[in-house]
Amino acid sequence: MNAAGRFPRTMLAIGLAFLYVPIASLIVYSFNNSRLVTVWDAAHSPTLKWYWALLSDDQIVRAAWLSIRIALLAATAASVLGTLGGVALARLGPFRGRALLAGLVPAPIVMPEVITGLALLLLFVALEEAIGWPRGVGVVTIALAHITFCMAYVAVVVQSRFAGFDESLEEAAMDLGARPATVFMRITLPLIAPAVAAGWLLSFTLSWDDLVITQFVAGPGSSTLPMVIFSKVRLGVSPDVNALATLLVLAVAIGIGATAVLLRYRERRRVRDVQLAAADS
Amino acid sequence: MTPFADRTGRRLIAGLPTIWLVALFLIPFLIVLKLSFSEMRLAIPPYAPFIEWRHGWPVPALHLSNYAFLFTDPLYVRSYLYSLRVAAVSTAICLAVGYPMAYAIARASPAWRTALLMLVMLPFWTSFLLRVYAWIGLLQNDGLVNHVLLALGLVHRPVRLLQTDFAVYIGIVYAYLPFMILPLYANLEKHDPELLEAAADLGARPFRRFLRITLPLSLPGIAAGALLVFIPAVGEYIVPSLLGRTDQLMIGRVLSDEFFENRDWPVASAVAILMLLLLVVPILLLQRLERRALEAPK
Repeated sequence: MNAAGRFPRTMLAIGLAFLYVPIASLIVYSFNNSRLVTVWDAAHSPTLKWYWALLSDDQIVRAAWLSIRIALLAATAASVLGTLGGVALARLGPFRGRALLAGLVPAPIVMPEVITGLALLLLFVALEEAIGWPRGVGVVTIALAHITFCMAYVAVVVQSRFAGFDESLEEAAMDLGARPATVFMRITLPLIAPAVAAGWLLSFTLSWDDLVITQFVAGPGSSTLPMVIFSKVRLGVSPDVNALATLLVLAVAIGIGATAVLLRYRERRRVRDVQLAAADS
Repeated sequence: MTPFADRTGRRLIAGLPTIWLVALFLIPFLIVLKLSFSEMRLAIPPYAPFIEWRHGWPVPALHLSNYAFLFTDPLYVRSYLYSLRVAAVSTAICLAVGYPMAYAIARASPAWRTALLMLVMLPFWTSFLLRVYAWIGLLQNDGLVNHVLLALGLVHRPVRLLQTDFAVYIGIVYAYLPFMILPLYANLEKHDPELLEAAADLGARPFRRFLRITLPLSLPGIAAGALLVFIPAVGEYIVPSLLGRTDQLMIGRVLSDEFFENRDWPVASAVAILMLLLLVVPILLLQRLERRALEAPK
């Protein structure tokens, strides 16, 4: 660390502390025996009792399971649709309707969530009036809503991945007689795979965490995890939610750590392959 | 030659996402627009039909009464102005905190840079809701912040921090800070250090070099970061619901209450359309900046 000057470096340290103190406090108090989250009960802490309370809370476990299933479905469908959208904008050149697609793709990202939620619910209500489907709101409408805003993020990530794309590899495969679909599956898709993977992870996180849009399009009996958490913490702190947050932070830290290790490993292998190739020639 | 010359393939690639977004984004939005000109009915669905019959002729039902209502009841105008103020102040704090942070990261050694960026991004991957929730425990009367203030002797009894404007600023800045730092970092990292060296050779002092070179060059980054914070902050729902005042609502909450509590769907739609009108200029600016960033050679 150098060249930045003392003021920016101090601000960076303070800013990172600001980002992490609240998360640290959640973790610490999740092991506190007292129900009063702010009083540390030194005689009986640390304790895992809020973790047991969390795991034996039917409502939370059911909501978490529902959220995971919706997030898996939404992230996967959004990755397919979003990749198509990103490819269309980056690679198809001019086509009829390009302006429409280019205008629509970033729209769900910038639209305030309350408006998106309201609009989607009004659509579902109008659809049910007109054709009798979807029958009321619930898991189906939540999934449709999540796919819609997630695919926008995937499309943007995929489109930007094409910025430094080397088209000569595709051309070589075409010259060698590969069919367009084969070229797409064997050359194009592997090259943009990191962007698609990043888009999938982003979609999973966004779907798993969404509260505002989901509240509009959810019905009785389809409470997702954020909805349950929100109704609990509206009334104040709740130690089992701290336990939940701790588990989540742990999962994210493990996920990011694994990704970093994987990326470093692949980079090392690439460097080694390049060296081997150079030694061979 | 490209693998994208096949006609059916092209139709499929462009058609599927377009149809999806038209059906689940554009059309819903047009329904909101239409509904904002309709009258409320005590029925299911609770609004009057879009077409009225006058003397045997179909006439589109266009009522401005919902908008007129928003301007006659001061509750709405006050909520709009309050939301704009909260978003503006939060954006300014984000910029003041985020700029030096982005600058320090951009000037760090490459190994440090990756680690620091990851540290900034990591909270973003954990739950937004839970991160806002963390502040309830910190800001309540016997929370950590008050303990620290008391221990430092800055106050003599606990200050009310929850359910204040201050808590909302903290919550929004906390939740959106990474959105400010990332575009600023992307911009600052590209600056050519030789420009600063040249200025130093010509005798410019550090602060002057910053004002005359770094700051003007980073304006696109500042604009992108500010818009990425400001736009969602105006419509923010979770932060004011958990940390904010109960006597002054932000407009996102007003919309939701109008819809769920009052069941007045036409007025809720009009609130949404007016909110969007406030955001049209910032949204168009952001899209222009992002298109330019996407098309710029790397």
